[in-house]
Amino acid sequence: MNAEAVQRAVQRIAHEVLERARAEGSLERLAFVGIRRGGVPLAERIRAEIGKATGAPPPLGTLDIALYRDDLSQRGAAPVVGPTDVRFPLEGRTIVLADDVLYTGRTIRAALDELVDFGRPRRVWLAVLVDRGGRELPIAADFAGVRLEVPEGDDVQVRWRENGAAEDSVVVREGRKP
Amino acid sequence: MIGRHRHLIALEGLSREEILQVLDLAVSMKEVLSRPVKKVPSLRGKNVVNLFFETSTRTRSSFEIAAKVLSADSLNWTAAQSSTTKGETLLDTAKNLEAMRPDVLVVRHSASGAPNFLARHVGCSVVSAGDGAHEHPSQGLLDCFTLRERFGSLEGRTVAIVGDISHSRVARSDLHSLPKLGAKVRLCGPPTMIPQGIERLGATVHHDLRTAVEGVDAVIMLRIQHERIGDPLIPNTREYSKFWGLNARKAADWLKEDAVILHPGPINRGVELSSDVADGPRSVILDQVQNGVAVRMAILYLLAGGAGDDRAEKVSA
Amino acid sequence: MSNPKDVIVIQGGRVIDPASGIDGIRTVLLREGKVAAVAERVDVPAGARVVDARGRWVTPGFIDLHVHLREPGQEYKESVATGTRAAVAGGFTAVCAMPNTVPANDNTSVTELMLARAAAAGLARVYPIGAVTKGRKGEELAEYGELKAAGCVALSDDGSPVMSSALMRRALEYSRAFGLPIAVHEEDLHLVGKGVMNEGAAATRLGLKGVPAQAEDVMVLRDLSLLELTGGRLHLCHVSTAGSVRALREARRRGLPVTAEVTPHHLALTDEDVARSDYDPDFKMNPPLRTAEDVKALQEGLADGTIDAIATDHAPHSPEEKKLEFDAALNGVLGLETAFPVCLDLVRQGLLTERRLVEALTVGAARCFGLPGGTLAVGSPADVAVLDPTLAWVVDPMRGFSKSRNTPWKGRTLTGRCTHAFVGGRLVHEAGVAP
Repeated sequence: MNAEAVQRAVQRIAHEVLERARAEGSLERLAFVGIRRGGVPLAERIRAEIGKATGAPPPLGTLDIALYRDDLSQRGAAPVVGPTDVRFPLEGRTIVLADDVLYTGRTIRAALDELVDFGRPRRVWLAVLVDRGGRELPIAADFAGVRLEVPEGDDVQVRWRENGAAEDSVVVREGRKP
Repeated sequence: MIGRHRHLIALEGLSREEILQVLDLAVSMKEVLSRPVKKVPSLRGKNVVNLFFETSTRTRSSFEIAAKVLSADSLNWTAAQSSTTKGETLLDTAKNLEAMRPDVLVVRHSASGAPNFLARHVGCSVVSAGDGAHEHPSQGLLDCFTLRERFGSLEGRTVAIVGDISHSRVARSDLHSLPKLGAKVRLCGPPTMIPQGIERLGATVHHDLRTAVEGVDAVIMLRIQHERIGDPLIPNTREYSKFWGLNARKAADWLKEDAVILHPGPINRGVELSSDVADGPRSVILDQVQNGVAVRMAILYLLAGGAGDDRAEKVSA
Repeated sequence: MSNPKDVIVIQGGRVIDPASGIDGIRTVLLREGKVAAVAERVDVPAGARVVDARGRWVTPGFIDLHVHLREPGQEYKESVATGTRAAVAGGFTAVCAMPNTVPANDNTSVTELMLARAAAAGLARVYPIGAVTKGRKGEELAEYGELKAAGCVALSDDGSPVMSSALMRRALEYSRAFGLPIAVHEEDLHLVGKGVMNEGAAATRLGLKGVPAQAEDVMVLRDLSLLELTGGRLHLCHVSTAGSVRALREARRRGLPVTAEVTPHHLALTDEDVARSDYDPDFKMNPPLRTAEDVKALQEGLADGTIDAIATDHAPHSPEEKKLEFDAALNGVLGLETAFPVCLDLVRQGLLTERRLVEALTVGAARCFGLPGGTLAVGSPADVAVLDPTLAWVVDPMRGFSKSRNTPWKGRTLTGRCTHAFVGGRLVHEAGVAP
């Protein structure tokens, strides 16, 4: 996916979120939480689109799930922990949890665990730029920019300008076959 | 792992980058402590054993809270000093504890080098919670963290450490960390409390409190232990307090406006520090306590998080 | 007359015998327990045992003035048999046994037991040292006359300095009646306090309590001062400080009857080695390892003869006494099997001549206590060491002859080793051959 395709996908997700929030009457109580680091630009951009449409961008937080991972004992070294920043109360809110790629579902599981430790949202929607299949947990995206079937072992990389890329893109790289 | 190290026994061998690795992570850990639910699951299923041969409510509680916030199981093993001299050697105790398969052994001991000894004989990570007059690495790190939080960077700052430097493991850990972060250190105390050769660790030595604290950004006041009196390092606490204790008047007259006061605790009020200073606006002593938990969380996370080398091999095999 | 098998010919080696001024390729003939000839050409008697010593040194057997054999009372650490086995493996054909046994060697029955055990072992000669005070308690004089009659060659309360200056004065005075030297472990116990290593930058970094060099210096100065009053013979054990060397040099210049020894570890290691060892109690001994400046002074003192002898202070301890926190571990390290290569290293560094090294291990030591041996002069006891100065070996404490393993040299490669030791003309050690 090139920058233009990424932009279109973000706009489509924003549109779908807006419609669904309006339909359910939760637009006022919408908030975004991006999962570091790839989910944060997605959350920021959807939020900006919605802000353009409504005039008031919803609150935005970031989650770093390193402390909630379930694979610590299988890794050689402890993963780097980045900042988590959720400054608004979650009670009664509809949270749009955003990540760049949905794969096994374990990151989302960890993020949900972390999110509920900050409070009790009314509901949580999941928005991802790429759903690549290969789920290991019963988790599904409510909004997906693109759905791909990528073989296990291959690597789907979302490169955001915000995280240092020259321009936005999604790249599938062949990895080591298991 | 903290950089190249699987134990945290002394800051002497830690590089600037390794110290910053802990301090930066402690910033994230401190955020966890401000959450509504002060618990994260990262060390679930890990065992932390607190092996304390010296009584220490503060440090032990701090490590215990740090372990609990990270969801590790922690066990406190408080061995009276006398029980080891009665027959069970440190090695026996260590072997017994090792049978419980801890991931991290936090040890406090009155003998300098006891954590080094344990690290040679057990398979898990060893964290020193203070050994003799050697080092107290987590205290040194939390002092750095507290000063960094206050000043942003320690580059170009000056810190005075005042008290019984001879017997202070805190002073040694501070001396092995603050200069690596760019701070200059001055040491101050009566000559009987300044050990031979300490200036080789990169500090200046002063015997006059005023010259030691004038112009500094922070003063770390050390606890004067009552058993040192008649050792004989000082004649009595009254005279010590008069010449090396800090009170509000001296602080106002001698210290820079924004200079802060640290103390590793517990304070001998009226000896090294008067209450009006300990509880006054310059004091960051309570910040140190909270920062201690964050720093110890970072230490435990880095050492218990991730599989030990041997276990990592077993998983991949 | 004599069995030809008792005749030993050591051929082709470099004979270094400072006592008789020989340094050159010679053949040494041992017969009937005595040195029968040292010459460039010796006819090999039929049936004689011939030792090929080409490329090796042939020296008088070493004499160690300071060994802890631990028997009686602490045979779990060492015994007369194992200690003397370690001795001959290191080239020492005679050792002086310190009296801090259990009970202390302050009476003839202990002295006699040591000598009986030594005779039974049939290895190195053992010269017992009697206690200065009863029970080494620093309170009452021991029976010097009886001790000498039983075989003691000197007096010492090693490890427990006589803190009372008045008692020390009487000990020096009384010892004159029997011509026994008093070997002193110089340490002011008040200055030592709870110290466990040399006071200085290394101890400060390690947070270990320090023992200042002055703890030794003040006692050396005290005893040299008393010696002027009393006469007698004073021997300074294991000097470890530049201050001791300075005081000793001055005392000798003034002709005081004082001698001194230094250990291989004090000549080769410093307090920074304690730091590098990461609190390894095998680097803990008393006196402690000092600074580089002290080591330099000791090396110079040994080289110029201010210090007479090298003595090991061989101090075996069990793992239960050593595998502990540094503070809790006992003082002392092994020395007999590593002394020669460790000191030979000083020669390689140009700090000591070969002649002076051999002198300090042989006749220099013998003179301190007036012992026989230490020379290859014809007619002397046939106590001989054959040494390979180029043989490199790795110190494996599990393979040493001592019962104990507390050596700071473990795992290190040392160069130089005793290949044969003869006591009274009998081969008591041959490297690589099971005893």
